[in-house]
Amino acid sequence: MTIDRSFVEPNDQFPLGMRVLAVDDDPICLKLLETLLRKCQYHVTTTSQAIMALKLLRENKNNFDLVISDVHMPDMDGFKLLELVGLEMDLPVIMLSAYGDTKLVMKGISHGACDYLLKPVRIEELKNIWQHVVRRKKTDSKEQNNSDKPCHETEGGQAVTVTGDSDQNGKLNRKKRDQKEDENEDQSTQKRTRVVWTVDLHRKFVAAVNQLGIDKAVPKRILDMMNVEKLTRENVASHLQKYRLYLKRISVVASHQANMIAASGGADSPYLQMGFLNGLGNVPSMVGSAQFQNTDVRSLSSSGMLDRLNTPAGLGMRGLSSSGMVQLGHADNLINPINNQNKFHEVILPGNQNGNIQGMPTPFEFDQLQHKNGVDHIGDLSSANNDSMVFPISSGLSDGNMNGNSSRNSFLGAPHNPVMLQGQPQGIKRDELCGNQSFVTVASSNREYSSRLADFRGCIDSWPAVQASEIQSNSFTSNDCFKQDTRSYLMDRKSSIAMDTGNKSNNNSSIAVVPAGFPVLRTDLQSQAAPRQQSNAEQNMNDTQKQGWDENKQNPSHGPNLMCSFLNSMIPPHGVPDPFSQRLDLENTICHRNANGNNMIGQRNLVDSSTVQHNEVEQSAIGTTAKPKQGNLINQRKPQDGYSFDDVGSLEDLVTAMMKQEEDKSNMREGGWVYI
Amino acid sequence: MLGLGADRLRADMNRLLAFLFHQGVLDEQFLQLQQLQDESSPNFVSEVVNIYFHESEKLLRNLRGLVLEREFSDYKKMGIHLNQLIGSSSSIGAKRLTNICVAFRAASDQNNPTACLRALELLEHEYCYLKNKLHEFFQIEQQRVMAAGVRYPIQN
Repeated sequence: MTIDRSFVEPNDQFPLGMRVLAVDDDPICLKLLETLLRKCQYHVTTTSQAIMALKLLRENKNNFDLVISDVHMPDMDGFKLLELVGLEMDLPVIMLSAYGDTKLVMKGISHGACDYLLKPVRIEELKNIWQHVVRRKKTDSKEQNNSDKPCHETEGGQAVTVTGDSDQNGKLNRKKRDQKEDENEDQSTQKRTRVVWTVDLHRKFVAAVNQLGIDKAVPKRILDMMNVEKLTRENVASHLQKYRLYLKRISVVASHQANMIAASGGADSPYLQMGFLNGLGNVPSMVGSAQFQNTDVRSLSSSGMLDRLNTPAGLGMRGLSSSGMVQLGHADNLINPINNQNKFHEVILPGNQNGNIQGMPTPFEFDQLQHKNGVDHIGDLSSANNDSMVFPISSGLSDGNMNGNSSRNSFLGAPHNPVMLQGQPQGIKRDELCGNQSFVTVASSNREYSSRLADFRGCIDSWPAVQASEIQSNSFTSNDCFKQDTRSYLMDRKSSIAMDTGNKSNNNSSIAVVPAGFPVLRTDLQSQAAPRQQSNAEQNMNDTQKQGWDENKQNPSHGPNLMCSFLNSMIPPHGVPDPFSQRLDLENTICHRNANGNNMIGQRNLVDSSTVQHNEVEQSAIGTTAKPKQGNLINQRKPQDGYSFDDVGSLEDLVTAMMKQEEDKSNMREGGWVYI
Repeated sequence: MLGLGADRLRADMNRLLAFLFHQGVLDEQFLQLQQLQDESSPNFVSEVVNIYFHESEKLLRNLRGLVLEREFSDYKKMGIHLNQLIGSSSSIGAKRLTNICVAFRAASDQNNPTACLRALELLEHEYCYLKNKLHEFFQIEQQRVMAAGVRYPIQN
């Protein structure tokens, strides 16, 4: 823990010399962050404890311009630190986390973070963080000009609208307006703990309003009727204001109906309420009923949606997070799909009951298949024979295949991935053909993992889990991808994959369903193992794949596939060290083994067993017969490969090779994973 | 003579790196680490990686303890450890290991003991592999530096 206690004057050469306080309990990340920030020519202070960070800040908040904090810390939750810093010191805070779950990002924003970065942090992202400081300074001065109130109140009001900072300038105006309008309520609200308008609370509110009559509903009376402790008139007043705006907005569609439904507290009301709460933030109400959806969604541009991620939304959102309605990061990708999928939202709630699926894709699938069962099964990953899970998803695609395969899919990414489901059984078949029990084990574990990952990811990909490795790595290391236009990214990859899949004769069922961007190589692997399977599988795969593509075009997530493929592809590489350490040509060790149909992995395993702690895992995990294909992969890859193993004479070449590989990746959709 | 040795060693280093990239063991984040190494911090990469190994071994030990707990596995704690491992692994560019951790985390989110155990095994296996490879890398680097006779930063 390094603490620079010298007082540093703000630098006139801003952003150079901007004073950053970095907080992270992980020493590696902290050190990396510090070095990166120094490279950006900021002045950095680091600490691994949130408590120490607060102490430093409290000593003199003018010592720092910006705070970067990890989300998961042992001594204090990052969000708590974020709130405290925002409230007490009004410094911009950037959250940092390895976990880019939408809920978390949402939480960060609603707690007032001005940005949310994902690990690993890249220097390009850090180069721009000074904008948050500038923005806040600007906002501060504007607000102070506009407001007669003393500073702390302004800050309080600002805290409510501070989420606007992270978005575009257009929000500044809205923020000002909000601030003016809501200043009274927000200011006093802000001084207390934020009120989270949960579904129940909102329901009570709506009931009270309807009872009083929307025109006659005054905050005081509503408050009395709701009879909720710790709710102040101001809270109700501001909420009422938002509710009125919401009603006006939906009145175009069916305000009368909305009121009726809300008042009745019927089954639809959750939808309505969520729609409202969603609508508060102008976030497309994924969960709402069709009418709301269409109106809201279409009226929002993706940037607009993010713009509205203001506190009002935040308040509402938090309460609804369990419904998983909003995927802000995926807004770009989801809005259109939502528009196109009027039905899916109906299914969302059931899906969301598991709290796992958070995105359009799930409802999407369900919509297609009209099986809600799948959703319910999502959590049930452990059962080995999840035929029920598999079938609902696959039924829409090609029942014949699915039925024919023993579906030990705990893939519950199933909802995510119709294609994937198909892949699974195929995978099993392949294993059986190969006589590779261990592989099955791994594969099944992969499935489990992938299904978990599916939930985990919150977005669903229709690609078979087997291919996940690429996706996994992509989604993982570049979570930005999600934030950016993942859909187009995926689509690009998909289209390319489609061609590849078509071209590769080897398509193995389990692998065949290579989503665009995923190593088609896997397909090749499989093919050798189970030629018999291929024709059917391939057909099915291709069919479903195409279907999957169409269906999942808009699904940015890589979900379940990641796990599976990644775990699958994991297996082979371990054995390589020895050949390499002897400086054998890669070609010799890997590529040339293909021809023999040798079990490359097996050999490697044997060779490597001495270096491996868990031999049993290795042998079990790495089947004996499945590996040659990987050699195939490499062989096939080689021509396209950016690497020339013989003559990498300098690191520049290496970097170039890497770049080329990346390029190849996007062209060939091969993940770094797959190259075994 | 010395120069030739250094060049050859450098080629070996790069080949090793290329290989690891190809396998997906490392990703471009590792390159970023290397780019941060310069005269002012000549051993940056090896320092960071050593801290990483130190921390990861602790985490792996803890994870093993948690996973092998007979009665009641503390999945939440597992998740916390995994989060940290994911963060640090991805920060040094250990892509494959990170992916396993993510799978592991998903398994622990689902409270699935079998999957967790399997993931743990894979993780430990991968960790060993990574450690071996990176040690090898640093060894070559050291040799190269000695062979070159002068200390110069790795060209990016």
